[in-house]
Amino acid sequence: MQKRATFNNRLLPYLLLTPQLAVTLVFFFWPAGQAVKQSLYLPDPFGLNDVFVGLENFEFLLTDSYYLASFQTTAIFSSLVTLLSMGTALWLAVMADRVIKGSGFYRTLLIWPYAVAPAVAGILWMFLFNPSVGLVAFYLEVFGYDWNHVLNGAEAMGLVVAAASWKQISYNFLFFLAGLQAIPKSVIEAAAIDGAGFWRRFWTIVFPLLSPTTFFLLVVNVVYAFFDTFGVIHTITAGGPRQDTMILVYKVFADGFVGQDLGSSAAQSVILLFVVGILTVVQFKYIERRVHY
Amino acid sequence: MAVQKSGMVEKRGIGLWLTHAGLIFGILLVCFPIYIAFVASTVTQPEIVHPPLPLIPGDKFFENYWDALSSGVNAPVWLMLFNSTIMALGITVGKIAISILSAFAIVYFRFPGRMVFFWLIFMTLMLPVEVRIVPTYQVIADFGMLNSHAGLILPLIASATATFLFRQLFLTIPEELAEAARIDGAGPMRFFIDILLPMSRTNIAALFVILFIYGWNQYLWPLLITTDPDMNTIVMGIKQMFPSGDDIADWPVIMATAILAMLPPVAVVIFMQKLFVRGLVESEK
Repeated sequence: MQKRATFNNRLLPYLLLTPQLAVTLVFFFWPAGQAVKQSLYLPDPFGLNDVFVGLENFEFLLTDSYYLASFQTTAIFSSLVTLLSMGTALWLAVMADRVIKGSGFYRTLLIWPYAVAPAVAGILWMFLFNPSVGLVAFYLEVFGYDWNHVLNGAEAMGLVVAAASWKQISYNFLFFLAGLQAIPKSVIEAAAIDGAGFWRRFWTIVFPLLSPTTFFLLVVNVVYAFFDTFGVIHTITAGGPRQDTMILVYKVFADGFVGQDLGSSAAQSVILLFVVGILTVVQFKYIERRVHY
Repeated sequence: MAVQKSGMVEKRGIGLWLTHAGLIFGILLVCFPIYIAFVASTVTQPEIVHPPLPLIPGDKFFENYWDALSSGVNAPVWLMLFNSTIMALGITVGKIAISILSAFAIVYFRFPGRMVFFWLIFMTLMLPVEVRIVPTYQVIADFGMLNSHAGLILPLIASATATFLFRQLFLTIPEELAEAARIDGAGPMRFFIDILLPMSRTNIAALFVILFIYGWNQYLWPLLITTDPDMNTIVMGIKQMFPSGDDIADWPVIMATAILAMLPPVAVVIFMQKLFVRGLVESEK
């Protein structure tokens, strides 16, 4: 944990810590505290003062059908994004692991979407599927399918899932490829000599040995889908049509800044803080486990 | 036979060709949206609004990019690129600077409250700006930092991740070095500048790559605090270029802006691939 050889100085360590602590207190702890406080207040009918209402904001949220629907939307959205991006990345990584010549070339071409901002990814996919000018929407219509994600909730969900997953493939690919390359080739060759085919080897040897990577990516992808996809939603659907792509993070923004319902938005922030807390604990349990093995 | 005489597992013949074909298909799938955006940034508006869009680039590359850079829609794109550069570099340099200092304090000093401070920093590990937007916005508004570069940068520079990274790194540096420095009469800051900083060079570079991309790609925060188009960053500015109501969007200029918005971070990933992969793996440890 700490070095045995340390320097003796009374003031210096505090001076060194000051910048980080100042930023942390002003921009993390103070706002988080304000969110907790605000979640217990509501403006009075004239909008002049805030009145203490206890847990009323939370009670209201947890019985509000829109909020519960947003939970459900978030669950569907993050499961689909996690499955789609991890599945595609694993498939690509397994293939890239099999080739020897040119794997560096493939890797270079597959990792750069990581650098594309979620909001820009949203613009790209929105352009492809734009009902009036989009290339994919045009050919869908040629084949008799009338695509319009502006009106159709399921299509809107499909589109934000595709854009959000597309951006995350590179990240998952890199970690899966590293995980695959860490599996000793002798184990796989031994199974091959015993006559196990590719799929059998994959499910009985490769996939189980890859499970630490898979579990790690699962947590990272859920966190990504929960919090980092704001830009995708905002550029493609803005939560619509109706509330069909209104994930929790987007609703905090929509209620707080667009709807000016500060009490409710703050209560939602507090609930999200709990979600983050749980995910952090899960991630740490994972890190602990990895240290043991 | 599944096993070849060379001892390799299915790495020749049809299987290998299928693998290459699958990879190329995957790459086409991944690159397709970007390619189409590039094509759209090189054609004329009528070619876009009368679909289908041609599949090969047009000849309006220079016109469209010049239009975007010099005038844009709400603000010239060169200005948005400038704002993004300031924000990304400010976040990157700020995070690295404050994290390396606090990691130095936590590892190399023994002082009252050390563990309390460590946990205070640690607790911010997963508190994204997205979950505390309204109160953080109020803090920045109270400081009068709306529509300013400082307001864009400051709330995003606290990072437990970077502090951890440097802490881990310092713990692997042989203790004899600090001891020797102390015996030679070098003060802590001398040791920090002459020994720790040079030894952290590669890690700083790897972190720089990751944080630059993080800073460049920020969306929600600039969206909230830059109401003045001249302060927009490019990533959040693209969406603002779409007209409200039924007006037709200026697609070639918008798509040129989208391409410009991804150019710097993509260039960083491609040209500094080794550092990028290293930074990515390390920052998730």
